[in-house]
Amino acid sequence: MSRAVVQLQNVDKVYGNGVVALRHLDLDVGEGEFLSLLGPSGCGKSTVLRLVAGLGEVSGGRIEWPGGNGRKGLPQGDVGFVFQEPTLMPWATVFKNVQLPLRLRGVPPDEAAARVREAIAMVGLDGFERAYPRELSGGMKMRVSIARALVTHPRLLLLDEPFASLDEITRFKLDNDLLALWAKQRWTVVFVTHSVYESVYLSTRIAVMTARPGRTASDVPIEAPSPRDDAFRTSTLYNDYCRLVSARLAEATRA
Amino acid sequence: MSSIPSVEPERAAKNVGVRDTEAARAPRKPWRVDLGWAVRRALPPIVIGAAGLVAWELVVRLNQIPYYILPGPLLVLRTLVQDWGTLYPSLLVTLAITGAALLVATIAGVLISILFTQSRLVELSLFPYAVILQVTPIVAIAPLIIIWVRNIPVALLICAWLVAFFPIVSNTTLGLNSADHNLLNLMQLYGASRRQIFWYLRLPSAMPYFLGGLRISGGLALIGAVVAEFVAGTGGAQSGLAYRILESGYTMQIPRMFAALLMITGSGIFIFLALTALSHLILRKWHESAVTREG
Repeated sequence: MSRAVVQLQNVDKVYGNGVVALRHLDLDVGEGEFLSLLGPSGCGKSTVLRLVAGLGEVSGGRIEWPGGNGRKGLPQGDVGFVFQEPTLMPWATVFKNVQLPLRLRGVPPDEAAARVREAIAMVGLDGFERAYPRELSGGMKMRVSIARALVTHPRLLLLDEPFASLDEITRFKLDNDLLALWAKQRWTVVFVTHSVYESVYLSTRIAVMTARPGRTASDVPIEAPSPRDDAFRTSTLYNDYCRLVSARLAEATRA
Repeated sequence: MSSIPSVEPERAAKNVGVRDTEAARAPRKPWRVDLGWAVRRALPPIVIGAAGLVAWELVVRLNQIPYYILPGPLLVLRTLVQDWGTLYPSLLVTLAITGAALLVATIAGVLISILFTQSRLVELSLFPYAVILQVTPIVAIAPLIIIWVRNIPVALLICAWLVAFFPIVSNTTLGLNSADHNLLNLMQLYGASRRQIFWYLRLPSAMPYFLGGLRISGGLALIGAVVAEFVAGTGGAQSGLAYRILESGYTMQIPRMFAALLMITGSGIFIFLALTALSHLILRKWHESAVTREG
Protein backbone atom coordinates (compact mmCIF):
# COMPACT_ATOMS: atom_id res chain seq x y z
CA MET A 1 0.00 0.00 0.00
CA SER A 2 1.09 3.52 -0.69
CA ARG A 3 1.91 6.06 2.01
CA ALA A 4 -0.86 6.37 4.60
CA VAL A 5 -2.83 9.60 4.80
CA VAL A 6 -4.35 8.76 8.15
CA GLN A 7 -3.85 5.87 10.55
CA LEU A 8 -6.27 4.84 13.29
CA GLN A 9 -4.45 2.84 15.94
CA ASN A 10 -6.32 0.83 18.54
CA VAL A 11 -9.10 3.41 18.60
CA ASP A 12 -11.90 3.16 21.18
CA LYS A 13 -14.95 5.35 21.22
CA VAL A 14 -17.38 5.34 24.12
CA TYR A 15 -20.29 7.76 23.99
CA GLY A 16 -21.56 9.68 26.98
CA ASN A 17 -24.54 7.36 27.36
CA GLY A 18 -22.19 4.39 27.83
CA VAL A 19 -22.58 2.98 24.32
CA VAL A 20 -19.28 1.50 23.15
CA ALA A 21 -19.22 2.36 19.45
CA LEU A 22 -15.68 1.28 18.60
CA ARG A 23 -13.20 -1.02 20.33
CA HIS A 24 -9.60 -1.62 19.30
CA LEU A 25 -10.13 -0.40 15.79
CA ASP A 26 -7.12 -0.32 13.49
CA LEU A 27 -7.37 1.22 10.07
CA ASP A 28 -4.87 2.70 7.63
CA VAL A 29 -6.08 4.86 4.78
CA GLY A 30 -3.56 4.83 1.94
CA GLU A 31 -2.96 7.81 -0.28
CA GLY A 32 -5.12 7.77 -3.40
CA GLU A 33 -7.18 4.74 -2.49
CA PHE A 34 -10.94 4.44 -2.53
CA LEU A 35 -11.64 2.71 0.75
CA SER A 36 -15.11 1.56 1.71
CA LEU A 37 -16.10 0.92 5.30
CA LEU A 38 -18.71 -1.81 5.13
CA GLY A 39 -20.69 -3.09 8.07
CA PRO A 40 -24.12 -3.61 9.57
CA SER A 41 -26.16 -0.64 10.75
CA GLY A 42 -24.97 0.80 14.03
CA CYS A 43 -21.51 -0.74 13.83
CA GLY A 44 -19.73 2.58 14.20
CA LYS A 45 -18.85 3.25 10.56
CA SER A 46 -20.09 6.81 10.79
CA THR A 47 -18.29 7.23 14.10
CA VAL A 48 -14.99 6.42 12.37
CA LEU A 49 -15.62 9.14 9.80
CA ARG A 50 -16.60 11.68 12.43
CA LEU A 51 -13.44 10.96 14.43
CA VAL A 52 -11.27 11.29 11.33
CA ALA A 53 -13.01 14.58 10.49
CA GLY A 54 -12.33 15.87 13.99
CA LEU A 55 -16.01 16.03 14.94
CA GLY A 56 -15.33 14.09 18.12
CA GLU A 57 -12.49 12.90 20.31
CA VAL A 58 -11.30 9.32 20.58
CA SER A 59 -11.82 7.65 23.97
CA GLY A 60 -8.70 5.53 23.56
CA GLY A 61 -5.97 4.87 21.01
CA ARG A 62 -4.82 7.48 18.53
CA ILE A 63 -5.30 8.92 15.10
CA GLU A 64 -2.06 9.68 13.27
CA TRP A 65 -1.61 11.91 10.27
CA PRO A 66 1.76 10.90 8.80
CA GLY A 67 1.71 13.91 6.42
CA GLY A 68 1.30 16.49 9.19
CA ASN A 69 1.80 16.78 12.91
CA GLY A 70 -1.53 15.66 14.33
CA ARG A 71 -4.98 16.67 13.19
CA LYS A 72 -4.28 20.25 14.07
CA GLY A 73 -1.35 20.09 11.65
CA LEU A 74 -3.72 19.27 8.82
CA PRO A 75 -4.72 22.44 7.02
CA GLN A 76 -8.38 23.37 7.46
CA GLY A 77 -10.40 22.14 4.52
CA ASP A 78 -7.96 19.39 3.63
CA VAL A 79 -10.82 17.12 4.59
CA GLY A 80 -14.11 17.19 2.71
CA PHE A 81 -17.18 15.65 4.32
CA VAL A 82 -20.43 14.53 2.71
CA PHE A 83 -23.18 13.68 5.16
CA GLN A 84 -25.93 11.10 4.83
CA GLU A 85 -28.38 13.91 4.16
CA PRO A 86 -27.59 16.72 1.73
CA THR A 87 -27.40 19.15 4.70
CA LEU A 88 -27.84 22.29 2.63
CA MET A 89 -28.83 25.72 3.85
CA PRO A 90 -32.41 26.06 2.55
CA TRP A 91 -32.20 29.87 2.47
CA ALA A 92 -29.17 29.93 0.20
CA THR A 93 -28.79 29.23 -3.51
CA VAL A 94 -26.74 26.34 -4.86
CA PHE A 95 -23.90 28.79 -5.47
CA LYS A 96 -23.96 30.16 -1.91
CA ASN A 97 -24.17 26.67 -0.44
CA VAL A 98 -21.11 25.50 -2.35
CA GLN A 99 -19.32 28.74 -1.52
CA LEU A 100 -19.79 28.29 2.24
CA PRO A 101 -16.48 26.53 3.08
CA LEU A 102 -14.58 29.23 1.16
CA ARG A 103 -16.48 32.05 2.89
CA LEU A 104 -15.69 30.52 6.25
CA ARG A 105 -12.02 30.52 5.34
CA GLY A 106 -12.08 34.08 4.08
CA VAL A 107 -11.26 33.32 0.45
CA PRO A 108 -11.76 36.55 -1.58
CA PRO A 109 -15.08 36.48 -3.50
CA ASP A 110 -13.47 36.66 -6.96
CA GLU A 111 -11.24 33.69 -6.37
CA ALA A 112 -14.07 31.85 -4.60
CA ALA A 113 -16.50 32.39 -7.49
CA ALA A 114 -14.23 30.63 -9.97
CA ARG A 115 -13.70 27.68 -7.65
CA VAL A 116 -17.41 27.42 -6.85
CA ARG A 117 -18.30 27.34 -10.54
CA GLU A 118 -15.65 24.72 -11.13
CA ALA A 119 -16.99 22.51 -8.31
CA ILE A 120 -20.58 22.90 -9.53
CA ALA A 121 -19.49 21.95 -13.04
CA MET A 122 -17.64 18.91 -11.70
CA VAL A 123 -20.86 17.45 -10.32
CA GLY A 124 -22.76 18.31 -13.48
CA LEU A 125 -24.98 21.04 -12.10
CA ASP A 126 -23.92 24.01 -14.22
CA GLY A 127 -26.93 26.19 -14.89
CA PHE A 128 -28.37 25.55 -11.44
CA GLU A 129 -26.20 28.06 -9.55
CA ARG A 130 -29.14 30.27 -8.67
CA ALA A 131 -31.62 27.52 -7.78
CA TYR A 132 -32.68 26.98 -4.20
CA PRO A 133 -32.37 23.53 -2.59
CA ARG A 134 -36.14 23.00 -2.45
CA GLU A 135 -36.26 23.27 -6.23
CA LEU A 136 -33.88 20.33 -6.66
CA SER A 137 -34.47 16.59 -6.59
CA GLY A 138 -32.84 14.41 -3.93
CA GLY A 139 -30.05 13.37 -6.28
CA MET A 140 -29.29 16.95 -7.27
CA LYS A 141 -29.16 18.06 -3.63
CA MET A 142 -26.62 15.31 -3.01
CA ARG A 143 -24.58 16.60 -5.95
CA VAL A 144 -24.59 20.06 -4.39
CA SER A 145 -23.40 18.54 -1.14
CA ILE A 146 -20.55 16.80 -3.00
CA ALA A 147 -19.64 20.01 -4.82
CA ARG A 148 -19.43 21.77 -1.46
CA ALA A 149 -17.04 19.08 -0.20
CA LEU A 150 -14.91 19.40 -3.35
CA VAL A 151 -14.68 23.18 -3.45
CA THR A 152 -11.79 23.30 -0.99
CA HIS A 153 -9.82 20.77 -3.09
CA PRO A 154 -9.57 18.36 -0.16
CA ARG A 155 -6.84 15.76 0.07
CA LEU A 156 -9.18 13.39 1.85
CA LEU A 157 -12.86 13.01 1.00
CA LEU A 158 -15.12 11.39 3.60
CA LEU A 159 -18.56 10.21 2.51
CA ASP A 160 -21.08 8.92 5.03
CA GLU A 161 -23.62 6.73 3.19
CA PRO A 162 -24.22 9.64 0.86
CA PHE A 163 -26.54 7.88 -1.58
CA ALA A 164 -28.42 5.66 0.88
CA SER A 165 -31.68 7.56 0.64
CA LEU A 166 -31.73 7.77 -3.17
CA ASP A 167 -33.43 5.45 -5.63
CA GLU A 168 -31.30 2.85 -7.37
CA ILE A 169 -31.17 4.54 -10.78
CA THR A 170 -30.00 7.80 -9.25
CA ARG A 171 -27.54 5.98 -7.02
CA PHE A 172 -25.92 4.12 -9.93
CA LYS A 173 -25.58 7.39 -11.79
CA LEU A 174 -23.97 9.14 -8.83
CA ASP A 175 -21.71 6.12 -8.19
CA ASN A 176 -20.46 6.38 -11.77
CA ASP A 177 -19.93 10.12 -11.57
CA LEU A 178 -18.11 9.81 -8.27
CA LEU A 179 -15.82 7.13 -9.73
CA ALA A 180 -15.12 9.25 -12.79
CA LEU A 181 -14.21 12.22 -10.60
CA TRP A 182 -12.02 10.07 -8.41
CA ALA A 183 -10.25 8.56 -11.41
CA LYS A 184 -9.46 12.04 -12.63
CA GLN A 185 -8.58 13.78 -9.37
CA ARG A 186 -7.18 10.86 -7.37
CA TRP A 187 -8.09 12.13 -3.96
CA THR A 188 -8.15 9.68 -1.12
CA VAL A 189 -11.73 8.62 -0.44
CA VAL A 190 -13.27 6.93 2.59
CA PHE A 191 -16.79 5.83 1.77
CA VAL A 192 -19.16 4.46 4.40
CA THR A 193 -21.87 2.13 3.17
CA HIS A 194 -23.96 -0.85 4.20
CA SER A 195 -24.31 -2.04 0.63
CA VAL A 196 -22.01 -4.87 -0.44
CA TYR A 197 -22.73 -4.14 -4.11
CA GLU A 198 -21.99 -0.46 -3.89
CA SER A 199 -18.74 -1.02 -1.99
CA VAL A 200 -17.47 -3.63 -4.45
CA TYR A 201 -18.36 -1.44 -7.40
CA LEU A 202 -16.61 1.64 -6.09
CA SER A 203 -13.67 0.62 -3.97
CA THR A 204 -10.07 -0.30 -4.38
CA ARG A 205 -10.26 -1.76 -0.88
CA ILE A 206 -13.06 -2.70 1.51
CA ALA A 207 -12.67 -2.75 5.28
CA VAL A 208 -15.38 -5.02 6.68
CA MET A 209 -16.45 -4.06 10.19
CA THR A 210 -17.97 -6.16 12.95
CA ALA A 211 -21.23 -5.37 14.71
CA ARG A 212 -20.98 -2.96 17.65
CA PRO A 213 -18.55 -2.41 19.22
CA GLY A 214 -17.00 -1.96 15.80
CA ARG A 215 -13.56 -2.95 14.66
CA THR A 216 -12.20 -4.01 11.29
CA ALA A 217 -12.76 -7.72 10.79
CA SER A 218 -11.21 -8.15 7.36
CA ASP A 219 -9.64 -6.26 4.58
CA VAL A 220 -10.57 -7.04 0.98
CA PRO A 221 -8.61 -5.39 -1.82
CA ILE A 222 -10.75 -5.16 -4.95
CA GLU A 223 -8.37 -5.82 -7.81
CA ALA A 224 -10.54 -4.80 -10.71
CA PRO A 225 -9.50 -2.53 -13.52
CA SER A 226 -10.34 1.13 -13.34
CA PRO A 227 -12.21 2.92 -14.93
CA ARG A 228 -15.24 0.82 -14.14
CA ASP A 229 -18.58 1.16 -15.82
CA ASP A 230 -21.95 -0.54 -15.91
CA ALA A 231 -20.40 -3.52 -17.72
CA PHE A 232 -18.43 -4.22 -14.53
CA ARG A 233 -21.71 -4.52 -12.60
CA THR A 234 -22.64 -7.59 -14.63
CA SER A 235 -19.19 -9.19 -14.86
CA THR A 236 -18.18 -12.47 -13.26
CA LEU A 237 -15.37 -10.72 -11.42
CA TYR A 238 -17.86 -8.34 -9.80
CA ASN A 239 -20.12 -11.21 -8.80
CA ASP A 240 -17.25 -13.16 -7.32
CA TYR A 241 -16.20 -10.18 -5.25
CA CYS A 242 -19.76 -9.60 -4.09
CA ARG A 243 -19.99 -13.21 -2.96
CA LEU A 244 -16.63 -12.99 -1.18
CA VAL A 245 -17.45 -9.71 0.57
CA SER A 246 -20.93 -10.93 1.55
CA ALA A 247 -19.35 -13.98 3.14
CA ARG A 248 -16.83 -11.81 5.02
CA LEU A 249 -19.61 -9.52 6.16
CA ALA A 250 -21.67 -12.49 7.39
CA GLU A 251 -18.62 -13.78 9.31
CA ALA A 252 -17.96 -10.37 10.81
CA THR A 253 -21.55 -9.93 11.90
CA ARG A 254 -21.65 -13.37 13.49
CA ALA A 255 -18.32 -13.04 15.27
CA MET B 1 -10.55 21.02 -14.58
CA SER B 2 -13.72 20.53 -16.52
CA SER B 3 -16.95 18.63 -16.09
CA ILE B 4 -17.10 14.89 -16.29
CA PRO B 5 -17.43 14.06 -19.97
CA SER B 6 -20.45 11.82 -19.46
CA VAL B 7 -22.51 14.40 -17.65
CA GLU B 8 -24.19 17.33 -19.29
CA PRO B 9 -26.47 19.23 -16.97
CA GLU B 10 -29.61 18.37 -18.91
CA ARG B 11 -28.85 14.70 -18.89
CA ALA B 12 -27.76 14.76 -15.31
CA ALA B 13 -31.01 16.41 -14.40
CA LYS B 14 -33.04 13.91 -16.37
CA ASN B 15 -31.20 10.95 -14.96
CA VAL B 16 -31.62 11.96 -11.34
CA GLY B 17 -35.32 12.19 -11.99
CA VAL B 18 -35.96 15.89 -11.63
CA ARG B 19 -39.56 16.79 -12.03
CA ASP B 20 -39.12 20.46 -11.41
CA THR B 21 -36.24 21.29 -13.73
CA GLU B 22 -38.43 23.85 -15.42
CA ALA B 23 -39.31 25.41 -12.08
CA ALA B 24 -35.64 25.73 -11.30
CA ARG B 25 -34.88 27.45 -14.57
CA ALA B 26 -37.92 29.54 -15.33
CA PRO B 27 -37.78 33.04 -13.88
CA ARG B 28 -40.10 33.19 -10.90
CA LYS B 29 -42.96 35.65 -10.85
CA PRO B 30 -43.56 36.35 -7.19
CA TRP B 31 -46.23 38.95 -7.76
CA ARG B 32 -48.37 37.06 -10.19
CA VAL B 33 -51.71 36.75 -8.41
CA ASP B 34 -54.16 34.05 -9.38
CA LEU B 35 -57.33 36.13 -9.46
CA GLY B 36 -59.78 33.25 -9.60
CA TRP B 37 -58.12 31.69 -6.59
CA ALA B 38 -58.11 34.98 -4.69
CA VAL B 39 -61.82 35.52 -5.34
CA ARG B 40 -62.75 31.98 -4.31
CA ARG B 41 -60.70 32.49 -1.19
CA ALA B 42 -62.09 35.91 -0.25
CA LEU B 43 -65.72 35.44 -1.25
CA PRO B 44 -67.05 33.31 1.66
CA PRO B 45 -65.91 35.67 4.47
CA ILE B 46 -67.11 38.70 2.49
CA VAL B 47 -70.57 37.13 2.04
CA ILE B 48 -70.75 36.27 5.75
CA GLY B 49 -69.68 39.80 6.70
CA ALA B 50 -72.17 41.46 4.38
CA ALA B 51 -74.99 39.24 5.63
CA GLY B 52 -74.08 40.12 9.23
CA LEU B 53 -74.11 43.86 8.48
CA VAL B 54 -77.48 43.66 6.72
CA ALA B 55 -78.93 41.67 9.62
CA TRP B 56 -77.53 44.21 12.10
CA GLU B 57 -79.06 47.14 10.19
CA LEU B 58 -82.40 45.29 9.95
CA VAL B 59 -82.48 44.40 13.65
CA VAL B 60 -81.78 48.04 14.59
CA ARG B 61 -84.44 49.42 12.23
CA LEU B 62 -87.18 46.85 12.80
CA ASN B 63 -86.88 47.02 16.59
CA GLN B 64 -86.34 50.78 16.51
CA ILE B 65 -83.34 50.46 18.82
CA PRO B 66 -82.23 53.96 19.81
CA TYR B 67 -78.81 54.97 18.42
CA TYR B 68 -77.38 55.54 21.93
CA ILE B 69 -77.92 51.84 22.69
CA LEU B 70 -76.92 50.29 19.37
CA PRO B 71 -76.30 52.31 16.23
CA GLY B 72 -76.72 50.59 12.88
CA PRO B 73 -73.73 50.10 10.59
CA LEU B 74 -74.84 52.88 8.21
CA LEU B 75 -74.96 55.42 11.03
CA VAL B 76 -71.53 54.29 12.23
CA LEU B 77 -70.15 54.79 8.74
CA ARG B 78 -71.74 58.26 8.48
CA THR B 79 -70.27 59.21 11.87
CA LEU B 80 -66.87 57.99 10.78
CA VAL B 81 -66.97 60.35 7.82
CA GLN B 82 -68.44 63.27 9.81
CA ASP B 83 -65.99 62.97 12.73
CA TRP B 84 -62.95 62.20 10.57
CA GLY B 85 -61.39 65.51 11.61
CA THR B 86 -61.33 64.43 15.28
CA LEU B 87 -60.80 60.72 14.83
CA TYR B 88 -58.01 60.75 12.25
CA PRO B 89 -55.47 62.67 14.41
CA SER B 90 -56.26 60.26 17.26
CA LEU B 91 -55.69 57.30 14.95
CA LEU B 92 -52.27 58.73 14.08
CA VAL B 93 -51.41 59.10 17.76
CA THR B 94 -52.37 55.51 18.51
CA LEU B 95 -50.57 54.20 15.45
CA ALA B 96 -47.43 56.18 16.30
CA ILE B 97 -47.29 54.59 19.74
CA THR B 98 -48.02 51.14 18.30
CA GLY B 99 -45.34 51.50 15.65
CA ALA B 100 -42.73 52.81 18.07
CA ALA B 101 -43.52 50.04 20.57
CA LEU B 102 -43.26 47.38 17.88
CA LEU B 103 -39.96 48.80 16.67
CA VAL B 104 -38.47 48.88 20.16
CA ALA B 105 -39.91 45.43 20.91
CA THR B 106 -38.30 44.06 17.75
CA ILE B 107 -34.88 45.54 18.44
CA ALA B 108 -34.90 44.74 22.16
CA GLY B 109 -36.49 41.32 21.59
CA VAL B 110 -33.90 40.24 19.05
CA LEU B 111 -31.02 41.55 21.19
CA ILE B 112 -32.38 39.77 24.29
CA SER B 113 -32.75 36.54 22.28
CA ILE B 114 -29.18 36.80 21.07
CA LEU B 115 -28.07 37.37 24.66
CA PHE B 116 -30.06 34.28 25.73
CA THR B 117 -28.41 32.07 23.15
CA GLN B 118 -24.91 33.23 24.07
CA SER B 119 -25.07 31.35 27.34
CA ARG B 120 -27.44 28.86 28.87
CA LEU B 121 -26.88 30.53 32.25
CA VAL B 122 -28.06 33.90 31.02
CA GLU B 123 -31.17 32.32 29.50
CA LEU B 124 -31.95 30.34 32.66
CA SER B 125 -31.47 33.42 34.84
CA LEU B 126 -33.48 35.89 32.78
CA PHE B 127 -36.16 33.92 30.98
CA PRO B 128 -38.44 33.54 34.04
CA TYR B 129 -38.55 37.33 34.36
CA ALA B 130 -39.54 37.70 30.74
CA VAL B 131 -42.37 35.27 31.50
CA ILE B 132 -43.38 37.25 34.60
CA LEU B 133 -43.56 40.45 32.54
CA GLN B 134 -45.65 38.62 30.00
CA VAL B 135 -48.19 37.04 32.34
CA THR B 136 -48.75 40.15 34.49
CA PRO B 137 -51.86 41.85 33.05
CA ILE B 138 -50.92 45.14 31.46
CA VAL B 139 -54.06 46.78 32.87
CA ALA B 140 -52.70 46.07 36.34
CA ILE B 141 -49.27 47.65 35.85
CA ALA B 142 -50.19 50.43 33.46
CA PRO B 143 -51.37 52.79 36.28
CA LEU B 144 -47.99 52.36 38.01
CA ILE B 145 -46.03 53.02 34.88
CA ILE B 146 -48.12 56.10 34.18
CA ILE B 147 -47.40 57.38 37.69
CA TRP B 148 -43.67 56.68 37.44
CA VAL B 149 -43.15 58.01 33.96
CA ARG B 150 -44.32 61.59 33.74
CA ASN B 151 -44.12 61.80 29.97
CA ILE B 152 -47.42 60.22 28.87
CA PRO B 153 -46.40 59.10 25.32
CA VAL B 154 -43.29 57.44 26.78
CA ALA B 155 -45.39 55.73 29.46
CA LEU B 156 -47.81 54.46 26.82
CA LEU B 157 -44.91 53.26 24.71
CA ILE B 158 -43.48 51.31 27.65
CA CYS B 159 -46.85 49.64 28.25
CA ALA B 160 -47.27 48.66 24.60
CA TRP B 161 -43.68 47.44 24.47
CA LEU B 162 -44.17 45.24 27.55
CA VAL B 163 -47.05 43.46 25.85
CA ALA B 164 -45.37 43.15 22.48
CA PHE B 165 -41.83 42.02 23.19
CA PHE B 166 -42.42 38.54 24.60
CA PRO B 167 -43.52 36.69 21.43
CA ILE B 168 -40.47 38.06 19.65
CA VAL B 169 -38.11 36.99 22.43
CA SER B 170 -39.54 33.51 22.86
CA ASN B 171 -39.82 32.79 19.12
CA THR B 172 -36.44 34.20 18.17
CA THR B 173 -34.74 32.33 21.01
CA LEU B 174 -36.34 29.10 19.83
CA GLY B 175 -35.27 29.89 16.26
CA LEU B 176 -31.67 30.66 17.17
CA ASN B 177 -31.49 27.31 18.97
CA SER B 178 -33.08 25.40 16.09
CA ALA B 179 -30.14 25.40 13.68
CA ASP B 180 -29.70 22.06 11.91
CA HIS B 181 -27.20 19.90 13.82
CA ASN B 182 -25.59 18.57 10.69
CA LEU B 183 -25.02 22.11 9.47
CA LEU B 184 -23.47 22.94 12.84
CA ASN B 185 -21.15 19.94 12.38
CA LEU B 186 -20.29 21.15 8.91
CA MET B 187 -19.45 24.60 10.26
CA GLN B 188 -17.23 23.05 12.90
CA LEU B 189 -15.53 20.88 10.29
CA TYR B 190 -14.57 23.97 8.30
CA GLY B 191 -13.34 25.72 11.41
CA ALA B 192 -16.10 28.36 11.60
CA SER B 193 -15.85 30.87 14.42
CA ARG B 194 -18.75 31.50 16.80
CA ARG B 195 -19.45 34.74 14.98
CA GLN B 196 -19.54 33.02 11.60
CA ILE B 197 -21.85 30.30 12.91
CA PHE B 198 -24.12 33.03 14.22
CA TRP B 199 -24.27 35.04 11.00
CA TYR B 200 -24.27 32.24 8.47
CA LEU B 201 -26.36 29.66 10.30
CA ARG B 202 -28.20 30.69 13.46
CA LEU B 203 -29.61 33.99 12.26
CA PRO B 204 -31.05 32.68 8.97
CA SER B 205 -32.43 29.60 10.80
CA ALA B 206 -34.20 31.90 13.25
CA MET B 207 -35.78 34.08 10.56
CA PRO B 208 -39.09 32.16 10.12
CA TYR B 209 -39.53 31.93 13.89
CA PHE B 210 -38.78 35.62 14.36
CA LEU B 211 -41.27 36.61 11.66
CA GLY B 212 -43.93 34.41 13.27
CA GLY B 213 -43.33 36.20 16.56
CA LEU B 214 -43.39 39.58 14.88
CA ARG B 215 -46.84 38.89 13.43
CA ILE B 216 -48.21 38.18 16.90
CA SER B 217 -46.41 41.16 18.41
CA GLY B 218 -47.85 43.56 15.83
CA GLY B 219 -51.38 42.93 17.06
CA LEU B 220 -50.29 42.92 20.69
CA ALA B 221 -48.52 46.29 20.37
CA LEU B 222 -51.81 47.83 19.20
CA ILE B 223 -53.74 46.22 22.07
CA GLY B 224 -51.07 47.37 24.54
CA ALA B 225 -51.21 50.93 23.23
CA VAL B 226 -55.03 51.06 23.43
CA VAL B 227 -55.17 49.55 26.91
CA ALA B 228 -52.57 51.98 28.18
CA GLU B 229 -54.47 54.92 26.66
CA PHE B 230 -57.59 53.76 28.45
CA VAL B 231 -55.76 53.71 31.75
CA ALA B 232 -54.04 57.04 31.16
CA GLY B 233 -57.26 58.61 29.95
CA THR B 234 -55.52 61.79 28.88
CA GLY B 235 -57.42 64.37 26.89
CA GLY B 236 -56.26 67.14 24.62
CA ALA B 237 -54.60 67.09 21.25
CA GLN B 238 -52.30 64.19 22.11
CA SER B 239 -55.08 61.70 22.79
CA GLY B 240 -55.44 58.46 20.93
CA LEU B 241 -58.43 56.45 19.80
CA ALA B 242 -58.97 54.86 23.20
CA TYR B 243 -59.54 58.28 24.71
CA ARG B 244 -62.04 59.06 21.93
CA ILE B 245 -63.93 55.91 22.93
CA LEU B 246 -63.93 56.93 26.62
CA GLU B 247 -65.00 60.44 25.74
CA SER B 248 -67.79 59.21 23.46
CA GLY B 249 -69.00 56.92 26.21
CA TYR B 250 -69.23 59.79 28.71
CA THR B 251 -71.15 61.96 26.25
CA MET B 252 -73.39 59.14 24.96
CA GLN B 253 -72.00 59.53 21.41
CA ILE B 254 -72.27 55.80 20.85
CA PRO B 255 -71.98 55.92 17.03
CA ARG B 256 -68.65 57.72 17.39
CA MET B 257 -67.55 55.05 19.86
CA PHE B 258 -68.26 52.41 17.22
CA ALA B 259 -66.46 54.46 14.58
CA ALA B 260 -63.32 54.64 16.77
CA LEU B 261 -63.59 50.92 17.46
CA LEU B 262 -63.83 50.30 13.73
CA MET B 263 -60.63 52.25 13.20
CA ILE B 264 -58.78 50.26 15.84
CA THR B 265 -59.93 46.95 14.36
CA GLY B 266 -59.04 48.15 10.87
CA SER B 267 -55.55 49.12 12.05
CA GLY B 268 -55.09 45.70 13.63
CA ILE B 269 -56.05 43.96 10.41
CA PHE B 270 -53.77 46.24 8.42
CA ILE B 271 -50.82 45.56 10.73
CA PHE B 272 -51.40 41.82 10.50
CA LEU B 273 -51.63 41.87 6.70
CA ALA B 274 -48.56 44.08 6.37
CA LEU B 275 -46.46 41.82 8.60
CA THR B 276 -47.76 38.72 6.79
CA ALA B 277 -46.73 40.27 3.48
CA LEU B 278 -43.31 41.12 4.89
CA SER B 279 -42.88 37.57 6.13
CA HIS B 280 -43.90 36.15 2.77
CA LEU B 281 -41.53 38.50 0.96
CA ILE B 282 -38.56 37.40 3.05
CA LEU B 283 -39.32 33.66 3.13
CA ARG B 284 -40.90 33.03 -0.25
CA LYS B 285 -37.72 31.72 -1.84
CA TRP B 286 -37.05 28.96 0.60
CA HIS B 287 -39.31 28.37 3.59
CA GLU B 288 -42.04 25.74 3.49
CA SER B 289 -44.59 28.16 4.96
CA ALA B 290 -44.30 30.48 1.97
CA VAL B 291 -44.16 27.85 -0.75
CA THR B 292 -47.29 26.93 -2.65
CA ARG B 293 -47.61 23.21 -3.22
CA GLU B 294 -47.55 22.17 -6.81
CA GLY B 295 -48.87 19.19 -8.69
